Amino acid sequence: MGQHLHLWLIPLLPLAGFLVNGLLGSRLPKWLVSTVALAFPLASFLLVLRTAQIFLSYKPSPIPWLIRYGSWISAGPMHIDFTLYLDQLTLVMLLIITGVGFLIHIYSVGYMAHEEGYWRYFSYLNLFLFFMTVLVLAENYMVMFVGWEGVGLASYLLIGFYLDKKSAADAGRKAFVVNRIGDFGFLLGMFLLLAQFGTLSIWNINNSVAANPAVQGGILTAIALCLVVGACGKSAQIPLYIWLPDAMEGPTPVSALIHAATMVTAGVYMIARTHWIFDRSPFALAVVAIIGAATAFFAATVALVQTDIKRVLAYSTISQLGYMFLGCGVAAYSAAIFHLMTHAFFKALLFLAAGSVIHGLNGEQNLLKMGGLRKKMPVTFWTMSAGIFAIAGFWPLAGFFSKDAILYEAFQHGTFGKSLYFVGLLTALLTSFYMFRLWYLAFFGESRTDAEGIEEYGAAVHAHSSTKLVLEAEHEPHAVHESPWSMLTPLVILALLSFAGGWIGIERFGNFLAPVVGQVLDPATLPGGKRLDLTLSVIAVAVAAIGWYFARIYYGRKNWRPAQVAAALSGPYNLLVHKYWIDELYTNTIVRPLTLGSRYILGWIGEGVIIRGSAWLLAGITTLLGEFVRRWQSGNLRSYSGWLAAGAAALLFFAVIGTVLGIGGVDIRMVWAGH
Amino acid sequence: MHAAVAPSIFDAVPSSWYLILSALLFTLGVVGFLIKRTLITVFMSIELMLNAVNLSFVTFAHDWHQVKGQIFVFFVMMVAAAEAAVGLAIIIAIFRARSTLNVDQIDLMKL
Repeated sequence: MGQHLHLWLIPLLPLAGFLVNGLLGSRLPKWLVSTVALAFPLASFLLVLRTAQIFLSYKPSPIPWLIRYGSWISAGPMHIDFTLYLDQLTLVMLLIITGVGFLIHIYSVGYMAHEEGYWRYFSYLNLFLFFMTVLVLAENYMVMFVGWEGVGLASYLLIGFYLDKKSAADAGRKAFVVNRIGDFGFLLGMFLLLAQFGTLSIWNINNSVAANPAVQGGILTAIALCLVVGACGKSAQIPLYIWLPDAMEGPTPVSALIHAATMVTAGVYMIARTHWIFDRSPFALAVVAIIGAATAFFAATVALVQTDIKRVLAYSTISQLGYMFLGCGVAAYSAAIFHLMTHAFFKALLFLAAGSVIHGLNGEQNLLKMGGLRKKMPVTFWTMSAGIFAIAGFWPLAGFFSKDAILYEAFQHGTFGKSLYFVGLLTALLTSFYMFRLWYLAFFGESRTDAEGIEEYGAAVHAHSSTKLVLEAEHEPHAVHESPWSMLTPLVILALLSFAGGWIGIERFGNFLAPVVGQVLDPATLPGGKRLDLTLSVIAVAVAAIGWYFARIYYGRKNWRPAQVAAALSGPYNLLVHKYWIDELYTNTIVRPLTLGSRYILGWIGEGVIIRGSAWLLAGITTLLGEFVRRWQSGNLRSYSGWLAAGAAALLFFAVIGTVLGIGGVDIRMVWAGH
Repeated sequence: MHAAVAPSIFDAVPSSWYLILSALLFTLGVVGFLIKRTLITVFMSIELMLNAVNLSFVTFAHDWHQVKGQIFVFFVMMVAAAEAAVGLAIIIAIFRARSTLNVDQIDLMKL
């Protein structure tokens, strides 16, 4: 079944695009690079649509479809195959990745039009799609790990796309290193899986867990916790979230695709994919839920005071990923994936709209220097408004449905869940506040593009908010303008999705995913569930409205109140502006000891003593030996003849001494004969 | 077996005398080889050693009635002749190049 599907083409088409642009792109004309870069992801997206059509035409849907393409590693009892795996969860992920991915490719054609290294950018972007589709199609943790590492690589390349900018290169490296820490956990989890189950096949592991209902906790908790470390690294959760805000150094469409819509959700996907194991370990689930809730709240507070438009969105992404973790942690995987999907729509939209703003302002990212863009960039304004209302959770936009689903499930999860619910609700309030703050600062009021930046918060702000696109900076500053249609079309499509993407409803979405991740709680079947659901929804919308109201009070008017608040609460305010000093904390407790240890312990003892010492020792022995031996090779004939005679005499002596002493000795003839 | 062979003039001198002569010649050759500085003399000392060995070959061949020893002597003479031709040619070449035949001054392969 499904052999006629050609699943393998889905990842390989973007790979072909990468190869063409990566190998030949520098010599191809720009229009051809764009064509190649768009055609392959489009083909991949159409193939996914066709696959979905075939998949859905089977009733009931037979899951999963496993298609084996050959063996990769076969060592003793361990077999790792190139097997692709298609079920409802994979299908949802594929649609998001190739669909949103394709839209962002279109957008990039407009956004990157003036950039150096156009072909390089698109080849990396296609490479990312290849690895991401491998990640979600993998039937095997090992193959999944290939995708997992590959998206990390693509992310690294794209964050550091502006090669000549030191902050971008540093940010890329930071992202890579922090991700490696997470990967370490993922690897340990794989080793434990291999030790416990003897296989890395997701399907086989799930079956063997399902076949042993008695197995609880223990090794499964250890496996789950190791995998959570991996997921935290990739999905930017506490304590490994620090790379994501810095990743904003990359081009904005990259932030939209990789650092908002797809790659960072890989951790959530991985947890949902392995939920058989997590379900058996309440402790690991609780850890996931607490990490998620803590990250959601923590990142939302930081987002309140950021002045760089992309950093606000970055912290918002971390916060929303925290919601997804919270959903996974209360075993509401469908709700988490649902939020993943709507988040992919509205966060990609927000980033792309922010990119449109930045593009229109010729590289300005500081919110304090925007303002009044509503009239000048109407399409961007309206689409971004859709995204902001969606993420704030207003009915009937997408974010309302998915966030509500997660909060509802959390509320139903006992006392523990109720406390998580309140953290989530508080986060929703903050989310609404900082998103409307961005809205007012960017689009309303007077234009501040020419001002030196308003002294909103005092001097502390300046150091944090002046990231400019280097390549744009050299252009003549021309008037604020609306973006080209290649950028606006994806915005409009994503705005429609952000508006209507939630209407599918958690019940239908949950039922669709139920064969993979289990049934969601249906409010209709619980006593009083319907009313509770409605109450919670009303509360959520009310909270969003309160956030909006506060944002309007503080940022919607001419006189600037935030400065007074910041002055009155300078302690907490500074804490937030400096992002809780977490980067400094890590630098002082982890990075600096590591570099010092590398320099002094590894540098002196390891390299100085062991490596250089052994090299010198070898060289010294050889030199001494050479000093001694080279005297034999003097070129002096009489010394040679002397040695020759001495040798002959020695041979003669050994030959006859035995006979002389009468004890046998060495028979010289025997020596010559080789006996 | 000894009895069957007719006594020859060689038997008048015991074979040990030949061997002693051979040893003396050989020692003479070795000493000349070691202490002489002139390349020609060194070369001649080698010839002397070869001939000392030839003498002992012949002596043993006679004693043990083995013809192999005699044949070996012919081989040695032949090789010595060839070697003398080549060696003298080299010596002449060296002399032309360096105007000396003192072995202590000829210790470099290059000119």
